[in-house]
Amino acid sequence: MSLKYMTPTEQFKKYLPKDYVELVDYGPFGKSQDEAGVNNIGQFKEVLEEHPMCSGCLMAYFIRVFFAALPNPEDTVTLGTAGCGRLAISQAAVPFIYGNYGDQNAMASGLSRAFRLRFPDKKKDVVTLAGDGGTMDIGFSMTMHSWIRGEKFTTIMLDNEVYGNTGGQESGMSPQGAILKMAPEGKKFEKMPATELAKTAGCVYVVRISPTNIKKTAKSIKRAILVAREVGPTFIHVYTSCNIEYSIPTEEVFKDAKDQEKDRFSFEEYMTDEAREVIERIEGEEKKAKKAKKGARKEEVVS
Amino acid sequence: MCDKITVGPAGYMPKSAPSMGVELAPEGKALLYGNIVEEEEAMRDAAKALLTRENPTIFPGPQILWDWKEDVAEKAAAILELAAEIPSCKIIPMPDYRPKYPKIDVKAEINPNHPNLTILDNKIKAAIFVGVHCHYANLTLRMIRAGTDCYTIALCAHMGHEEAMASIRDLHASDVRKFKDILIEERNKLGIEWTPTMPPANPSLEKEDHSTLTAADYGEYRSLLMSRKGEHVAEVE
Repeated sequence: MSLKYMTPTEQFKKYLPKDYVELVDYGPFGKSQDEAGVNNIGQFKEVLEEHPMCSGCLMAYFIRVFFAALPNPEDTVTLGTAGCGRLAISQAAVPFIYGNYGDQNAMASGLSRAFRLRFPDKKKDVVTLAGDGGTMDIGFSMTMHSWIRGEKFTTIMLDNEVYGNTGGQESGMSPQGAILKMAPEGKKFEKMPATELAKTAGCVYVVRISPTNIKKTAKSIKRAILVAREVGPTFIHVYTSCNIEYSIPTEEVFKDAKDQEKDRFSFEEYMTDEAREVIERIEGEEKKAKKAKKGARKEEVVS
Repeated sequence: MCDKITVGPAGYMPKSAPSMGVELAPEGKALLYGNIVEEEEAMRDAAKALLTRENPTIFPGPQILWDWKEDVAEKAAAILELAAEIPSCKIIPMPDYRPKYPKIDVKAEINPNHPNLTILDNKIKAAIFVGVHCHYANLTLRMIRAGTDCYTIALCAHMGHEEAMASIRDLHASDVRKFKDILIEERNKLGIEWTPTMPPANPSLEKEDHSTLTAADYGEYRSLLMSRKGEHVAEVE
């Protein structure tokens, strides 16, 4: 919640477990995306390493990318609800709040408002990460109302198109015709139009993505968080297949994600004019800073 | 006055201390076995437990491990002074409260969600909790009372904890030093000779010898190693 929470008391540093000492020394806290971001995963200590997710789980992969893409991990709070995702999210070295089923967006509303009151001079990011059931089925009213109220935080729906944790029931986000363990006759209704609902409800930045391209995924996450800080609610609808319930062989999980990219999860990015302004301003500043840094390095080499 | 909260194991899901009629001590007082007593009496009993029971250990929590407030450093120093005076004392930290899967390193850390693992594995019979946020301390102390025979001491900066055998409230650096003096007195009374020694560093921090490291040491993760620019990796497992 602040860089100070990742600074050990001098006297106790030698009593901390190795894992934490490495997080302090080589973690992403207080560093830029160039120093510790998705481009150099494997070269810094990540906030999430071990997790109990299934082998070949695309959700676990996305969550890893998500944490590496956070613009300010030391000033971020994640919120979640029941589902596979929270098993990994709760193990990351980023504060995580776990609520009743589906109430993550209601909690996030209060939390983001409280942060703005308590820390008016700081940028604290609030992100909800929940499954399709938590976001669009059981948590639907709380998700929609947080968007309608224009709450300034990011909502990420980890869409595996099924209730994977409880044995394979169909969810609102399951595609029509999907045959699942507890929906043997196939789903009779259409998949819910999540991104359309988000746009109608007032989200200022909406992305639908199958996370096959790490850089593109990280860019969307970063944009969503930065826009939510200043403008309003943002939403990312991400495909995170359940290879167990949909019987996708582990080695074909990524191929399936690529196939979905051409089908239900074709990349879509929507932003309002206000959101575009913010993105252009921030990315413009970053480009300038990068150029200046490059120039300074060249000068150093010459001299 | 009978003891309401005694050393466990009290069994699976024991009655909580408040439901057994234990109330938090008022300012200036302390809790000992669930009864309100003078602070010094609780400190003396806790000191005796630390001196006479096996493997005394201090579990520092996030509020004292991380440098988040100005007075933390002084309190941390006082805790280490106390640790040095307890014979064969160990320090096992609780750096945060996230669950640890697939397995916690019980020699290196303690987790509030399953503290019994660390306590049972290390055969700890007396422990101090300090700097753990109150809501997690309550949870942890009750679990320890349920499943282990560890004498628990809560050194709390706020109102104290009913679930601990000894609970000192409103504790700051000066109070820790007072506790240290009482412990030295009790140690002398018991005739235990001890030269102040700092507890050993965290066992997980052992230095690795990278000079003899080869690609084979990475086993199944060998493929994740990045080759240097221009390097051609010919041998793989």
